[in-house]
Amino acid sequence: MRFIDEYRDAKLAQRYARRIAQIVTRPWTIMEICGGQTHAIIKFGIDELLPKEITLVHGPGCPVCVTPVELIDKAIEIASRPEVIFCSFGDMLRVPGSEKDLLSVKAQGGDVRIVYSPLDALKLARENPDREVVFFAVGFETTAPANAMAVHQAFRQNIKNFSLLVSHVLVPPAIEAILSSPKNRVQGFLAAGHVCTVMGYTEYEPIAKKYKVPIVVTGFEPLDILQGVYMCVKQLEEGRYEVENQYTRSVRREGNTKAQELIREVFCVVPRKWRGIGEIPRSGLGLTEKYKEFDAELKFGLTDRSVEESSECLAGLVLQGVKKPHECPAFGTRCTPEHPLGAPMVSSEGACAAYYRYRRGHG
Amino acid sequence: MADEFTLSCPIPISQYPQILLAHGGGGKLMHQLIEKIFGAAFANDYLDERHDGAVLDLTPRPPTSPPAPPRHGEGSSPFPFREGGWGVRSGVGGEVRVAFTTDSYVVRPLFFPGGDIGKLAVYGTVNDLAMCGARPLFLSAGFILEEGLPMETLWKIVQSMRAAAQQAHVQIVTGDTKVVDKGKGDGIFINTAGIGIIEHDLAISPKSVRPGDLILLNGDVGRHGIAIMAVREGLSFESAIESDCAPLAEVVLKLIEAGIEMHCLRDLTRGGLASALNEIAQTAQVHITIDESAVPVREDVQGACEILGLDPLYVANEGRFIAFVAPQDAERALEILRTFSSEATLIGQVLAEPRGLVTLTSRIGAQRILDMLSGEQLPRIC
Repeated sequence: MRFIDEYRDAKLAQRYARRIAQIVTRPWTIMEICGGQTHAIIKFGIDELLPKEITLVHGPGCPVCVTPVELIDKAIEIASRPEVIFCSFGDMLRVPGSEKDLLSVKAQGGDVRIVYSPLDALKLARENPDREVVFFAVGFETTAPANAMAVHQAFRQNIKNFSLLVSHVLVPPAIEAILSSPKNRVQGFLAAGHVCTVMGYTEYEPIAKKYKVPIVVTGFEPLDILQGVYMCVKQLEEGRYEVENQYTRSVRREGNTKAQELIREVFCVVPRKWRGIGEIPRSGLGLTEKYKEFDAELKFGLTDRSVEESSECLAGLVLQGVKKPHECPAFGTRCTPEHPLGAPMVSSEGACAAYYRYRRGHG
Repeated sequence: MADEFTLSCPIPISQYPQILLAHGGGGKLMHQLIEKIFGAAFANDYLDERHDGAVLDLTPRPPTSPPAPPRHGEGSSPFPFREGGWGVRSGVGGEVRVAFTTDSYVVRPLFFPGGDIGKLAVYGTVNDLAMCGARPLFLSAGFILEEGLPMETLWKIVQSMRAAAQQAHVQIVTGDTKVVDKGKGDGIFINTAGIGIIEHDLAISPKSVRPGDLILLNGDVGRHGIAIMAVREGLSFESAIESDCAPLAEVVLKLIEAGIEMHCLRDLTRGGLASALNEIAQTAQVHITIDESAVPVREDVQGACEILGLDPLYVANEGRFIAFVAPQDAERALEILRTFSSEATLIGQVLAEPRGLVTLTSRIGAQRILDMLSGEQLPRIC
């Protein structure tokens, strides 16, 4: 298939792996930020092709994994209300809140629907004026423009029965949090290609400079990732720390400025709690004053409350790349996709679930 | 933010106290349901086979041990079998073996490119019988109709069932109808049960699979699931993706007639190829390994999967099956399969260890596990 097969070519992949092996002289630890990249790495077995000097660790870029439990609980509370049609991307449905998940709400009669776009949710609002339609707006900068567009359209079309439960998170503050942690062992980053398609990569330049780490904006196909690793290793070996762009077919330095304008119009930067990590200042997006009427938390009068979570699993350490999933004593025994102890075991983008599905018993 | 990352974690959901849609998704939750609820309650040798249908030994046997078993058609058979009544022969040694299966059909939309619920209801059950190595003969049809269903819709579905039954050489010989209140059904639900006769002495069952077997696939995968999803999600492609919905008895009977040593057959419905392989690896306690790049996937199906974030190996089919055959017969079997579909191919083999595991060689040449899904395949966020 065109534009897919070229990037999954076995011979080229092996050749890239050999070239990486040729330039590497010492061990390096590289983190891929995005859960989509983690999934591709494990699904295609990309890390198995790499020389043993290279360790790939998996970053916090899985929106399902980092959405805080309090917000899942709020989603469950809203979705349980009879007047609500609760719309979500598919993989949020299995994430456990403090007591249950959205699939259980659906089984108990809640009107929970999987949609592919927030604009589909807006359409539902238009078609069901007597119901309250709520969209669970999770994700990084990638999903922000479409969510912003839905709110913007609702505002312009004066649709009152539509709102967002917002849990947007931002990549650069997460990278800074990881780099400033005393436990950090990440020496180079593969930045998320889709996030940078929207945002560009100028905001990564000061980070690379400040922490002296190479950051390579990378795509999602096997050859993209191998090329990204190659570029990152080359910088590390040469002692450089720059922001480079592997994913040139999609990413420009300035990003998609129209999308950024729309995000700035609808959202503002707020502090955000990350599940398994904790609160990171200026790491999320919330609705601006002008669009407050579309904030589901305000609309349904939900109050903040803190939920204590069990600390058996090592999600926090996995999400910052300190531990590999299989280094957790609960991995594959007490913690499986059927009985997840932590969110990284839930989503297909979660590092633990990817290891479980593709690696169990294979090291 | 604190200097150190805090280690907080969600509380697990260990058991769901009610049925979720995922319990019907063909993945691990459904298998839990089967093992813990149905299997536990109804346990018997037939169910323990974990096959698409039950293979029943109906050979008439007198109460005391006879000098020799009566031949087929002789004596007082409790069944109205007539020698040659269906132009068939019984198995070796005068055994009468019958395959028996049932399946319920709930599909939205009722009509989709390449088929409809009626055609599925006939072919699905016919195929389950075929997977037991049986010649399908008779079906029952139970209809649960929702109040308000247009008569014309019902008529169209029934006409489609008639045509499908004719195509698959089966008769629908008994049935039942119930009507439920508006809102209590989804237009129409159909249950069909079927019986077929086994005319050979092969033990075609997951438990017969052994190391060394080669695995053949009869064509491209993923078309049915994507055809349905495209209609549901309002996706349109350059040309409509049609379901692969087709009867499989004819090709299976050809393989049997040719004397192919087949150990197991499995159609790739819910949960797709990956789930079928996992079920068999677990039941047979063998290691199955396949080559991902050998599995044919049509370009439009691959494209739809990329857009929707699905893996074609988990997508449902209605006219695809895998055959586990003895290595010496694989080439001949493949020739027969290719007279039905040019895309039939060898996808993998059976090894001994590690037991119960399915692995795959990825497109870029690395090995990984091909697991069974937990529940339904859920579309990813980005």
